[in-house]
Amino acid sequence: MREVAIVAFGQSDHVRDSAETSEVEMLMPVLHDVLAQTGLKARDIDFTCSGSSDYLAGRAFSFTMALDGVGAWPPISESHVEMDGAWALYEAWVKILTGEAETALVYAYGKSSPGDVREVLTRQLDPYYVAPLWPDSVALAALQARALIDAGLTDERELAGIAARSRTAAEANPHAQLRGPVPAGEHLVAPLRTGDCPPVGDGAAAVILAAGDTARRLTDRPAWIRGLDHRIEAHSLGVRDLTDSPSTRLAAQRAGAFERPLDTAELHAPFTSQEVVLRRALELDAPGSTVRINPSGGALAANPVMAAGLIRLGEAAARIQRGESDRALAHATSGPCLQQNLVAVLEGES
Amino acid sequence: MPEVRTAPLVVEFPFTRSLGPVQSAFLTGLRERTVLGVRGSDGRVVVPPAEYDPVTAEEIRELVQVGASGTVTTWAWNPAPRRGQPLATPFAWVLVRLDGADTALLHALDAPGPDAVHTGMRVRIRWAAERTGAITDIACFEPERSEPEQSAGNGRQPIPHDGEFADPVTGITTPARLDYTYSPGRAQSRYIDALADRKTIGERCPSCRKVYVPPRGACPTCGVATDAQVEVGPRGTVTTFCIVNIKARHTANLDIEVPYVYAHIALDGADLALHARIGGIPYDQVRMGLRVEPVWTDDGRFPDHYRPTGEPDADYDSYKELI
Repeated sequence: MREVAIVAFGQSDHVRDSAETSEVEMLMPVLHDVLAQTGLKARDIDFTCSGSSDYLAGRAFSFTMALDGVGAWPPISESHVEMDGAWALYEAWVKILTGEAETALVYAYGKSSPGDVREVLTRQLDPYYVAPLWPDSVALAALQARALIDAGLTDERELAGIAARSRTAAEANPHAQLRGPVPAGEHLVAPLRTGDCPPVGDGAAAVILAAGDTARRLTDRPAWIRGLDHRIEAHSLGVRDLTDSPSTRLAAQRAGAFERPLDTAELHAPFTSQEVVLRRALELDAPGSTVRINPSGGALAANPVMAAGLIRLGEAAARIQRGESDRALAHATSGPCLQQNLVAVLEGES
Repeated sequence: MPEVRTAPLVVEFPFTRSLGPVQSAFLTGLRERTVLGVRGSDGRVVVPPAEYDPVTAEEIRELVQVGASGTVTTWAWNPAPRRGQPLATPFAWVLVRLDGADTALLHALDAPGPDAVHTGMRVRIRWAAERTGAITDIACFEPERSEPEQSAGNGRQPIPHDGEFADPVTGITTPARLDYTYSPGRAQSRYIDALADRKTIGERCPSCRKVYVPPRGACPTCGVATDAQVEVGPRGTVTTFCIVNIKARHTANLDIEVPYVYAHIALDGADLALHARIGGIPYDQVRMGLRVEPVWTDDGRFPDHYRPTGEPDADYDSYKELI
């Protein structure tokens, strides 16, 4: 199989409200950043793929206007997913594996500030039985958290500890929106408190992928994608065991995550309780495990919807590029209560 | 930096969806205060029922009736109900496994407080007074204080059901409304601010030197920010046009008589044509190259339409790149 690596990663500062910039104005500096890191020009990129959702900001076809920031004329080879940018990266990775591209630009952006993201996300639910009840994203995560507590798999104290660890780690992340001491707060939807929930905000991210020797030429230490897989579970919440994530486990198996020890895991867990589910599915709490979880602070420190998953891959890759990790797992999620999950295993050159 | 412009934006969708046979039976059943499930490939009873097996994706059609009471499998206390949710007072979100079902249904539980709710508690459906064949025919669940009533489906075993009802529901209409605060960004804010002074501002690409109107902040050819503001127009040239023969249903256009002309207009100094209505000339006399100017109404925030200036037509070569 062709070797493919992440060779550059960039992200915006994540902020509560970016009203002064349009999406393309927010995104463009990030695109220029990753191109500058590699010395590539936009026209050198063989394939461009993005992830975003027009529902977030209520702007129809915003992704076509975001393309203005790439320079899409004369026509480029391009695609878009109405998903987190991690799935755009998956498409770009497959494109490179087929041999049709040597390099790819992947980007994602989300502006939650114009709307009410808790309401907006209800529109992704089953339109017949669930969406008419308008169960917001925090409510659904709280049902999962309660199931975990009732099963004896966590408690509110452990959840508060996950929140504190994440935001302490984020003190070293200049792009994070929420860092340092954050109060546990009131119950937003019990058992979840405000501190268990991600900040609502706007942001963008981009990575550049490259194959084989091209990757080695573009950066000193490429973050090689050794495995990448994504799996989905039933959409009906009442069919699933919310305390487990078989889709994460299967994706991790197929990505080769369990074959050798990891030193880093970037998990896309917007709610503290979801980290508990993921750690179990990924066996990160196994005896003797020394995995550093979310050194970036994770989605609890910055959660630009549609970009937060791609950022997990980017943060893991950047850690490898800096020589701080040799083998990292990156995870992205989509849908309510970890419905769909993507796992990547990244390694430095051995 | 100029003040950030914002405006309320409401997006509403009256989604009309047709139902499959299983969904139709389930929602019609709710109207008749009957809860149906479907038997999955592995024999378990799925409620609310799916058209296809959640695991194997096989088509599943074997309907059964389950109870109107059940057991809470997980819950979450919602102290601040939001628009559209089943109850306006604080309530618990619950997943309920109805008697005879093997999976759980999401809904609201009307309870006095979180202390009155626990996993494993017995609850029963409170039916809506008016039922149309929708998930909201279940108004909510309520704690079950007495022994379950002994009626059809209220035992632990599901009862076979043919799914037949008089006047079945075959579709649902679910209105959805999302409220936004729209902000157009820097470049479009500058454009809108200039329009308030009846000026049209484009922005120039520092790389290819093209002037974009209206500006969106980036040059789509070069992928860089447009930064220099350039006043264009007010006069321009019709590059191409169409004749509209169907009266608009949209309220903004009700006063416009058909046929009328809608045109692409290259304002003088702009490298991109914008579009507007042409007035002040019979529709069948509008032509490519026609020179036009904006007509403002007293309270207009943008030109109401464009009309002929009386100048000679522009030479084709002067606008052919802008068609």
